[in-house]
This record gives sequence, C-alpha cells and structure tokens, in this order.
Amino acid sequence: MSSLTIKDVYKSFGPVEVLRDISLDIQSGEFLVLVGPSGCGKSTLLNLIAGLETVTRGEIFIGDTMVNDVSPKDRDIAMVFQTYALYPNMSVRKNISFGLEMRKVPKAEIEKIVEKVAEILQIEKLLDRKPAQLSGGQRQRVAMGRALARSPSIFLFDEPLSNLDAKLRVEMRTEIKLLHQRLGVTTVYVTHDQIEAMTLADRIAIMKDGTIQQFDTPRNAYRDPANLFVAGFIGSPSMNFIPCQVLQVDGGQGVVLNAEGGGSYTLPVLRGNGTLARWVGREVLMGVRPEHLSDSLPDMDEDSNVHELECQVLVVEPTGADTIVFVRINGVEATCRVHPDSAGKPGETMKLVTDMSRVFFFDPGTGERI
Amino acid sequence: MAERSLVKAPRTPGVIAGRLFIYALLGIAALYFLLPFFVMVITSFKTMEDIRTGTLISWPREISLEAWKEAWSSACIGVNCQGIRGYFINSVKMVIPAVFISTAFGAVNGYVFSKWRFKGSEVIFSMLLIGCFIPFQVILLPMARTLGALGIAQSINGLIMVHVIYGLAFTTLFFRNFYVSIPDDLVRAARIDGAGFFRIFWRIILPVSAPIIVVTIIWQMTQIWNDFLFGVVFSGGDSQPVTVALNNLVNTSTGVKKYNVDMAAAIIAASPTLVVYILAGKYFLRGLTAGSVKG
Repeated sequence: MSSLTIKDVYKSFGPVEVLRDISLDIQSGEFLVLVGPSGCGKSTLLNLIAGLETVTRGEIFIGDTMVNDVSPKDRDIAMVFQTYALYPNMSVRKNISFGLEMRKVPKAEIEKIVEKVAEILQIEKLLDRKPAQLSGGQRQRVAMGRALARSPSIFLFDEPLSNLDAKLRVEMRTEIKLLHQRLGVTTVYVTHDQIEAMTLADRIAIMKDGTIQQFDTPRNAYRDPANLFVAGFIGSPSMNFIPCQVLQVDGGQGVVLNAEGGGSYTLPVLRGNGTLARWVGREVLMGVRPEHLSDSLPDMDEDSNVHELECQVLVVEPTGADTIVFVRINGVEATCRVHPDSAGKPGETMKLVTDMSRVFFFDPGTGERI
Repeated sequence: MAERSLVKAPRTPGVIAGRLFIYALLGIAALYFLLPFFVMVITSFKTMEDIRTGTLISWPREISLEAWKEAWSSACIGVNCQGIRGYFINSVKMVIPAVFISTAFGAVNGYVFSKWRFKGSEVIFSMLLIGCFIPFQVILLPMARTLGALGIAQSINGLIMVHVIYGLAFTTLFFRNFYVSIPDDLVRAARIDGAGFFRIFWRIILPVSAPIIVVTIIWQMTQIWNDFLFGVVFSGGDSQPVTVALNNLVNTSTGVKKYNVDMAAAIIAASPTLVVYILAGKYFLRGLTAGSVKG
C-alpha cells in the first residue's frame, strides 16, 4: 500500500494536449475515482499512473518515489482492464500466476497465492478453464484475481464494469467495494458512470476536456459542486438549470420563476454573502436538483427558504420508489422527484415546493458558481 | 404453408430454369478447369505408343508407370540424364528455410507494427508495403550484384535470401493485419505483469497466431515453390529449383518428344503446393477471414 501524488502533469499526443495541469494526491488506502465523459482524458491519466504512457510534463509519485521513468512492471501496480485482457491461450490458473512467474516467485508459493486468490473471488472451480469458456462476470473476477495475486501497492481499474449487464454491474460494484474495505489497497478507478463513481469513491476527481473540474469527496461534489459541469454531471436525474432574472427584493435578491400553467413567482434568495447582488438585473442559471423541487420537503413548514409554486404537469415517469414529473419553468423543462401518491397526471396542475437554500447559481457565460 | 413460402421460393418454371442455368454454368466452369489436368494425368500413364495412336482424351489402353519413373530419375535435362529428383530436392531445400525465415520475420515485424508502434513506424510500414507491388524483373540486376558481393550467387542460399526478402512485405502485412485485431490491452496487461518484448510475443501473441501462420505458410510456400524467374536467374547448374528443371526438361530438343514424361514431371513439380492446399485449405480460408468477426 502506498499513497499516490500527481503534480502538475501535462500530456500531449503530438500537437494535441489531452491532459492539462493535473494535480491530485490520495492517502494510502484511499479509493480514488476518475470520472468524466468519454474523451476527457481519464483513461490517459490512468495509463500515466500505470506507466503505459509517459508524461509530457510534471511528476508522478507512488509513495515517496518519483516514478516518471520507472517501467510499468517496476511500479508495483496491478491493473484491471475494460476488456479484461485475459491471455486467451492460458487457463485461469496460468492467467493469475503469469505475473508471479515473471517475477520469479517460487512455484510452491505461486500455487498457494493462486489458491488464496481463487478463494477470495470464489473462482476455485474455474481454475482450469480457458477464458473463452467463462461468462462475462467470471472473466471479470479472473481479471481481478490476476491483479490481486501480485498484492500490489496500487490497484488501477479502467472501466472494469462497463462490459457487464446492468444487474451484474451492480453486484460486482458492491464486490469491488467490499474487496477494498477488506484489503484496504490504494485504488484508482476510472469510469464514465457517475453512480459507480459516487458509490465507490472515497475521493472523486471529475474531469472534462483534460482538466480536473473538482477533486473532492463524493458528498461534497454532490452538495457543493464547483461549476455548472460538475453540477450537471453528478446526480441522477441530473440537476435542472433554469435561466432566471435576478431582482432586488426586500433585504436581498430574488429570482423570478414563470411556471407554465401556474403563475409567476418571485422567490427571495437568503444567502450570507452578497455575491448575487452584482447580478441584479442580469440573467443567471439557477441549478436545482430534482429532489429539491418536490411535492414535500422535510421541515418545510418551519423553513422560510421553502416556497410553493404551481405548475402544469407535462410528462410523468414512475420509477417505483419515486415518480419523476416534468414541468416547464421559464421556458425550460424541469424534472421534479415527487412521491408516487402525490404525482399529478399530465395536463393537471400540481403544487410543488422548492428549497431556495439548496439551489445553486451559475454564470451562464463561464459556467462558474456564483 | 404460408410460413413455408417465406422460407422457400415457389417452384415456378422460371425459377427451375434459372436453377438449371446456374448449375450448367458451374458444371461447364468446373469442366473447363479440370479438363487440362485430366489430360495431364491420363497422358502421364500412357505409353508413347498409346499417345501416338490414341486421341488426347482417350483412356490409356494399359496403365504404365514408366513415364513417372523416367521423369523422376532418368529423364535428360540438358546433358544430365538423372531426372528431376535432384532439382525437386533443391526446391525442398530452398522452400523450407525460405518459408520458415520469412514467416518468422513477418511475425515479429507484424508484432512491432501493430503493438509496439514508434515514431515513423507507419511510414516504414507503408514503405514495406510497396514491396508487395515491385515487379520481379525490376530487382533482378541489383539483386544479382548483391548476391555476388555476398558470395552466395548461383547457390540455394542465395535463392533463399531472395525469397525471404521478397516475401517479407507480404508476411509482414499478413501478421500486422491479424495482430491489429488482437486487443492492445493484452500487451499492456502483460507489460504490467512484468513480461518484456520477446516474452510477450512468445507467450501471449504467438500462441493465438495459428490461423495466420497457416495462411502465411501456404501463401509463401506456393509463391516460392512455383517461382520460375528468380530460380532461372539466380541459380547455377546444380542448384536449380524444380520449376527451372521442368522447363529445361520440356524444352530439351534432342530425341523424341516424350509427352508422357513431360506430363508426369509437371505433375510431380506441382504436387507439393497441391497437397498443401488440400490438407490446409480450410485453415487458409478460416485464417483469411479471422478477426473480421469478433469471437
């Protein structure tokens, strides 16, 4: 186990700069998730950590050792690939022991390690099969077994679950988390799935266009997003962004919401800092999560930040536990998460409440938080 | 019945006529290709007497193996009356190392061009590909000088070298295109596991290469065995391959023209490629289409 530090890393492929000014550090035993849309550079960053690519500028430390010029095999890492990358000509046993064999671990010891790894992952019965004879989930386990066998100081996962079907993905996700809790090995995990990112991570790095947008705990990334991109990327269904005018109201600022099929509301924004004051008379983007635009909110009666608004229901999507209701506010569609019993029918008008202390404001030009 | 009509076209007279036409065409085409070979085979089993009196496609009156024996061990090629046996052995001595070396180098080249790309590797690969399109006659003179300088002119070793060099473009192309379909992650995983360039090749890449190895071997073997031009230019009197000997046998102008011996010699000279294709043909087709469908 060791910590991982990435300092001011840049990476270019020819004239194309794919990573810019990346700085991260995680403690020994932490689970870091790199998340972002495809093409954001997250896999490249993982390859840099693995040593499969070399950095253009900057430094990478594993523990206290600078590893820029250390080859992948000497970095004491193990990697699980999206395609599993099991050696097709070797049995499961050989696949797991290959790395140990390359490191000249004595035969008897290899056997012991393979047995132990197989036991942890419950693949004892598969040891003599070839990868082609395994199902997707079994291949995934073997790929993890291969990484486990070496007991590396850092685990790297490159979208390991994206080739599995939905149910298996959730199962394996839990299993990876359990494994991490049990072994406590420092882990870097790449995914484009924000739910995977949120559920697994101790710390999460949200990336876009080769830069890190926010590096934080999952909870903070959700409750306190750094910018429009992070706010929209984290959370499902994703945050609503409603363009609205800022007005001067009694004791502060307020925003105007025109709910289609309802009415026009001016809602005061009670915030300690006066940053919104500079936006009076201009348009901002108000970000509100679907669960904060609902039929009822906890403690809504005592909270002066909670306001009611009436809206016409456009579409209703029941998901089981909650029902997602689509309404139109200020000309854009907004999703609201409501209790199934109180969801209106399409065409009906329904009463919604929103908590103005839980909304965010963004600069519509730059996407920065206000 | 309605369901069945979806599967099978109704048997109207037009459809039946179409079918007959297709089968007739296929039959004629097959006959067209097989007839010359049929003539060769029956002629080789005839006696000269039989040939003089019978027609081209008449059945031999008695099956005689004399022509085959003569072609193999006593027919006169130039002034040397020992049959084509020695030249056949020359061809074997040339083909086996030439196929083996060109396939081995092609495999390593293809491995580098697909899995260990470096700056400029695409350019080098493109340049290598041009080798597939260089006509034989263009390189005759420079190659003759090169072989002379190396001291292996007029020898089997010289021929081996020519065929290896000429075959590299093709073998590299075959292996490179096959290896492109093998996921790069496999190589990355092996690198992280601690294997190096040759270890990855030997332990991981080569074991999955069987289809393309078969394709390359068949291709190279056919090309090199059947080659005439390099054989006639770069070989000396006793290092000639069988194709050259066959030509000399047929063109020997002294004495009576022995068609049965010529035919037998031609079949002997052609037999190895025929046998290889019959034995490994299905792997050839399988290998050519390998990688086109994800397995």
